[in-house]
Amino acid sequence: MFDIRATPGKSVSYLLPVLPFLISILFYIYASGERHKENPKDKLVPTVGQMAKGFGRTAFEPDRKGDYRLWLDTWASTKRIAISMVFIFLGVFIGLYMGMFPYLDKLLHTFFLFFDKIPALAVLPILFIVFGLGEVSKVALIVIGVLPTIVLDTYIRVKAVPKEQVIKAMTLNASTQEIVYRVVFPKIIPQVLDTIRLNFKAVILFLIAGEALAATAGLGYRIFVVRRYIAMDIIIPYVIWISLLAFMVDFGMQRWIKYRYRWLNK
Amino acid sequence: MNMKFNSTVLLVFALLMAACSADKKQEEGTEATTEAPGTEEKKKFTVAWSIYAGWQPWDYADQSGILKKWADKYNLDIELVKMDYIPSIEAYVAGQADACVMTNMEALDMPAASGVTSTAMILGDYSNGNDAILTRDGLGLADLKGKEINLVEMSVSHYLLSRALEMNGLREEDVNIVNTGDSDIAPAFIANTDQKAVVTWNPLVMEIKKETGVSSIFSSADIPEEVMDLMLVKTKVLEKSPELGKALAGAWYEVMHIMSSEEEKTAEAMTIMSESAGCTVEEYKEQLNTTAMFYDAQKAVDYYQGNTITEKMDYVRKFCFEHGLLGEGAQSVDEIGIRYPNGSTQGDESNIQLIFDATYMEMAAKNTL
Repeated sequence: MFDIRATPGKSVSYLLPVLPFLISILFYIYASGERHKENPKDKLVPTVGQMAKGFGRTAFEPDRKGDYRLWLDTWASTKRIAISMVFIFLGVFIGLYMGMFPYLDKLLHTFFLFFDKIPALAVLPILFIVFGLGEVSKVALIVIGVLPTIVLDTYIRVKAVPKEQVIKAMTLNASTQEIVYRVVFPKIIPQVLDTIRLNFKAVILFLIAGEALAATAGLGYRIFVVRRYIAMDIIIPYVIWISLLAFMVDFGMQRWIKYRYRWLNK
Repeated sequence: MNMKFNSTVLLVFALLMAACSADKKQEEGTEATTEAPGTEEKKKFTVAWSIYAGWQPWDYADQSGILKKWADKYNLDIELVKMDYIPSIEAYVAGQADACVMTNMEALDMPAASGVTSTAMILGDYSNGNDAILTRDGLGLADLKGKEINLVEMSVSHYLLSRALEMNGLREEDVNIVNTGDSDIAPAFIANTDQKAVVTWNPLVMEIKKETGVSSIFSSADIPEEVMDLMLVKTKVLEKSPELGKALAGAWYEVMHIMSSEEEKTAEAMTIMSESAGCTVEEYKEQLNTTAMFYDAQKAVDYYQGNTITEKMDYVRKFCFEHGLLGEGAQSVDEIGIRYPNGSTQGDESNIQLIFDATYMEMAAKNTL
């Protein structure tokens, strides 16, 4: 099993990825069973049945306000992420220009390098004071937390494009815009998309932090409200739901990058 | 290849077993120290507390050595752990602490609703203005209709608002509640003048009130004795080791005596308490003005044994049930039973989860500790 030239067979290749999941689930069921033996009303480690019920209540039954919570929360959070993503994609262009034009490089690079080091969670109070408790502050938190990383990553990728290619394009009489958008940009975009994909985790982290502080709906909001009465039978399904959504976005993006940029790694 | 597969599985299991057994050892470790029967070894207990005007005395009891003195008297080892409020209750419910301070509302909707039977053995105070609804521009309760109100949902603030609305012929549906974390609620409200109403607790109320144009329109002083601050001990633990109750009550009422008298120690005690609360002595005294402390154990006992407590708890449990705090699957407000010192019960008698027990306060009152 420690042979680096090993080629796992087909059945093993399907089985092995499932194994860690299976073990975690079995371990959970065991732990929850033990706790419930001691205290049948235990809420901290709910049984799978309790969680299924909790999930069902949030997804298919209206609460006392008449809301189907899971969908309401998912929609509220998705909207926040979508708006933040627009700004995060703008970061790609900031990085691109910063990498291409030396004056912009001098102007912005150090600033973003420093900006990137600011722990976004530490400036939360400032954000809330400046932007209020509405949607703006939540989006701002995500953008401040993730944008600099994307800018700097794009910048590094632009810098890594061989000079010869740019010079070659110039000798072929390409305009500045053509060099930026038809030579450099297509070359770096698959890797930049990969970085965005991997930073999705940070996006969710900041989303939940923002929602925990002030909101009327959202996945993070719900987790923090039901925490007040230890409704782990809702919290755990919500956590799984968030992870699952993020996993699917990640997986989908990975697939799409692989398909769209088939030429990469060839 | 099959061999290789097997060894993978074995490796994974070996790791898992190691993790499990490590976990178990740890558990046994804590139990051994808390339960060790009949040995000279001191029984060890963990008491969780959080910052609040009415709970600072616990910290003073610890820092001054009063708690240790009483623990030694009963041959116990009591460790006081400071935590954030909600995490402290979570730790208590999870079994990481034997005792914890909390309000009657959280006592009902967190441990009691989770099947962690608890005894409220000390009634320290009731909030008499520490929780308040604050508004800008002179808005009154009736003007709140359709307005956004910032508060921590499902907390005592939410309860206070609900009671205020109810008393003024409004319903919760008439207002727009925005859940806001207590860490940012005060600075955010102070900075954003477009926020018109906020419900929170002290010391934040004190901070917000300092702003011009902000006034308190309703506070826990309008619903006296409803928000009680208690010391909860797991009933099982207390049954097995009643000395813990005695030591805690002994330490508490010694501090109460120092606080309510004019001794040399009083000033020092006030300084220590205000320092650990992160405010000045004057500010702490101001907070104590809105905290109705039961300095006299007998008064707390009388309140426990009277009928008012049952009435007040009825408001609280109804609020909890209506908001799903007794568990979203709870069918009725009576699902969780509460027992009072006068023998009366509320709710399901076969499922008593919260017990108001005046035994230890009575011992303190009669000086038999």
